[in-house]
Amino acid sequence: MKDIEFFHDAVRHIPETASQIKKQGRKIMGYLCSYAPEELIHAAGFHPMRLFSSKSDIILAENHLQSYCCSLVRGILEDSLNGRLDFLDGAVFPHTCDSMQRLSDIWRMNNRYAFFADVVLPAKLNTESSGIYMTDVLTRFKKDLEAAIGKDIPDTEVKASISLFNQIRKNLSALYDLNSRHPGIISGRDLYALVKGSMIMDRKEASDRLANIVSHLNKISPPVKPGKRLILSGSVCDTPDIFDAIETAGGVLVGDDLCTGQRWFEGPVMEDTPPLSAMAQRYRDRVTCPAKHSGLTTRAENLVSQVKKNQADGVVFLMLKFCDPHTFDYPYLKEHLDGAGIKSMAFEMDDQQQSLAQFSTRIETFIHMI
Amino acid sequence: MPEKPNETVKIKSAKKMRDLMTAYYLEALSAGQNHKQVAWITSGGPVEPLVAMDIIPIYPENHGAMIGSAKMGEDLCAKAEDMGYSSDLCSYARADIACSVVKGGPIGGLPRPDMLICCNNICGTVLKWYEVQARFYNVPLFIFDTPICHTAYSPEIAKYVRTQIDEYILFLETVIQRKLDHDRMNEVGKLSLEGQRLWQKVLNTTAHKPSPMSAFDAFFFLALIVTLRGTRIAVDFYKELIEEMEQRIRDGVSSIPNEKYRLLWDNLPVWYRLKWLSSKFSDHNACLVADTYTSAWCGTIKYIDENHFLDSMAEAYTRIYLNIGVDQMADEVLNMIRFYDIDGFVMHSNRSCKPYSFGQMDIMRIVREKTGIPVLMIEADMTDPRSFSESQVETRIDAFMEIIKQRRG
Repeated sequence: MKDIEFFHDAVRHIPETASQIKKQGRKIMGYLCSYAPEELIHAAGFHPMRLFSSKSDIILAENHLQSYCCSLVRGILEDSLNGRLDFLDGAVFPHTCDSMQRLSDIWRMNNRYAFFADVVLPAKLNTESSGIYMTDVLTRFKKDLEAAIGKDIPDTEVKASISLFNQIRKNLSALYDLNSRHPGIISGRDLYALVKGSMIMDRKEASDRLANIVSHLNKISPPVKPGKRLILSGSVCDTPDIFDAIETAGGVLVGDDLCTGQRWFEGPVMEDTPPLSAMAQRYRDRVTCPAKHSGLTTRAENLVSQVKKNQADGVVFLMLKFCDPHTFDYPYLKEHLDGAGIKSMAFEMDDQQQSLAQFSTRIETFIHMI
Repeated sequence: MPEKPNETVKIKSAKKMRDLMTAYYLEALSAGQNHKQVAWITSGGPVEPLVAMDIIPIYPENHGAMIGSAKMGEDLCAKAEDMGYSSDLCSYARADIACSVVKGGPIGGLPRPDMLICCNNICGTVLKWYEVQARFYNVPLFIFDTPICHTAYSPEIAKYVRTQIDEYILFLETVIQRKLDHDRMNEVGKLSLEGQRLWQKVLNTTAHKPSPMSAFDAFFFLALIVTLRGTRIAVDFYKELIEEMEQRIRDGVSSIPNEKYRLLWDNLPVWYRLKWLSSKFSDHNACLVADTYTSAWCGTIKYIDENHFLDSMAEAYTRIYLNIGVDQMADEVLNMIRFYDIDGFVMHSNRSCKPYSFGQMDIMRIVREKTGIPVLMIEADMTDPRSFSESQVETRIDAFMEIIKQRRG
């Protein structure tokens, strides 16, 4: 389908996508995390673009980050130092893990782009004072953006952006629902190109095309695709071959717990409350990244309920090597899944993973076992 | 507690310090029999309200250092890996998590906590580590969330952290069912500040040439300002230690026999190789006179108002060395290089501590540009010896010392 191809093109050729956007007179603001306040960036007239590593060899970043730093953080720094991100006019760093925290410092000290902002979010999300602080931080970020553009950002603009991003969220949720009910109606590779594209492309265009895709898929008669129903859990999964490997092995993805997936888009920002507190509330309500605290067993409960809701047969943990928050949570998540009788497997990989042969063997064995 | 490296004339206070730490751990281990409650707290956490409320603070990180010094890190870390924890995770956390289950380590495990206090001013790892322990022991966890001050201590951060001090005290009052005595709190605040000032004074004595003690001694004497901050015990002890250091200076007693070169250490110690590293540098007539680690427990005195301790504690605990931007950390390193008249900078690139280690290479570049002194980076881990290569480190130290010698002539 043409609309789906459009997303593939956009994510395959990111510099070209960026240059098209710049031709429309929009400045590009990079971000690295699902907690980035994209709506505010967009309302300020910038184009928010999530940064992914081009997975090139690490050469220049070797002078800044040791080998025990995760491949995603090193990879993105490499791209920046190498000039591959020269289309950026600035970058925004929400606070999450220790590695991102120091990447922010190194990025700021290298000073390659006109705009830079830290959005120092709270680490705990389940107290009243952290909620107030979250709104205060967003208010501060809005002021930083206003200083950069030299004018105020009216609430009407923020609300319009929220509404547009909610449309994207609604359509992506609809696609996931559809795929959970009729696995195979869209391939994993296509589905994740739509998610990634929605973090990269012009948002109006993404929203319109997603709506077309949903309505198209709603009309076609779903294929009967038997397969083991799986949930993917981890941080970033930017390796489309993983989805092919799962499908080749006889699995179908029926949901995820990824920050390049449902954690990023699930749940709208309320449109009938003041915009900044509504955005803060969404960050507190959504499924959390393990770098944040929202209760001692919240993530496990979410994962178990996601498995049940989607009638999944198992969970595949994909962990980026050296990702502390995710590797710390793995034993307890596994324990909860075991307790609920849910099978799981874990695979550790790099963002620059060269070969998936080992993954293919592991996933085949896992699928035979469940 | 960490083992004490060999030296020319022993520091007499070391025995007293050992006795004080033994008494502290004995009291903590018998807390249950004495109807006292135990709180586990992170090394950079606000301990003063615990002391004021007669709750015994226990520091899993100090325990981690003891495990490392006792060379029991490898075994405990491997046990945590068997439990499913990645070998790339912090070795303090791995050792502690395993120790809770197997009751191993040099003192047979820490006393069971009644509550956990996690302050994330040092890293995000402690948040995950304390979540694990809160599930394991099924006890209440208080998270004291101190947002990083990349470039500034903003008004929003100030308000958020100050509010959490009230939440913290309410949490403690709820857990132990007793109110905080504010007069007692003021007294503890004053003792804490005095202890920090004295600790700073101890560290300052090494500006003297030759230095009466080394960073290896500071790693050892640090334990009191960490564990007994806010008590008279720490204050009295550091007064004696300062007297001893001043006497050593008057008597011309130095830490190493023939101090020619003065070095600065960065990051946590390599606990299982203290003695080896100390003699390695000493063989080159080099003394590690200061470090960025032990000074973290007196680095924010300037923010403390002793008449409003609780209010000012918000800023003091938020703006510690590890919770600021890398460029500000570099400024502090440059200040230390000037103050201690440093000839070379030794950086421990510590696999266990990402917020301390990432940014080191930028600090290295800044130090080279601004001072011209040689910088050495050693790859290791604070507690887990499996990532330490003795021969490689030895070769690099020798080469580094050659450059320093040539440079100084």
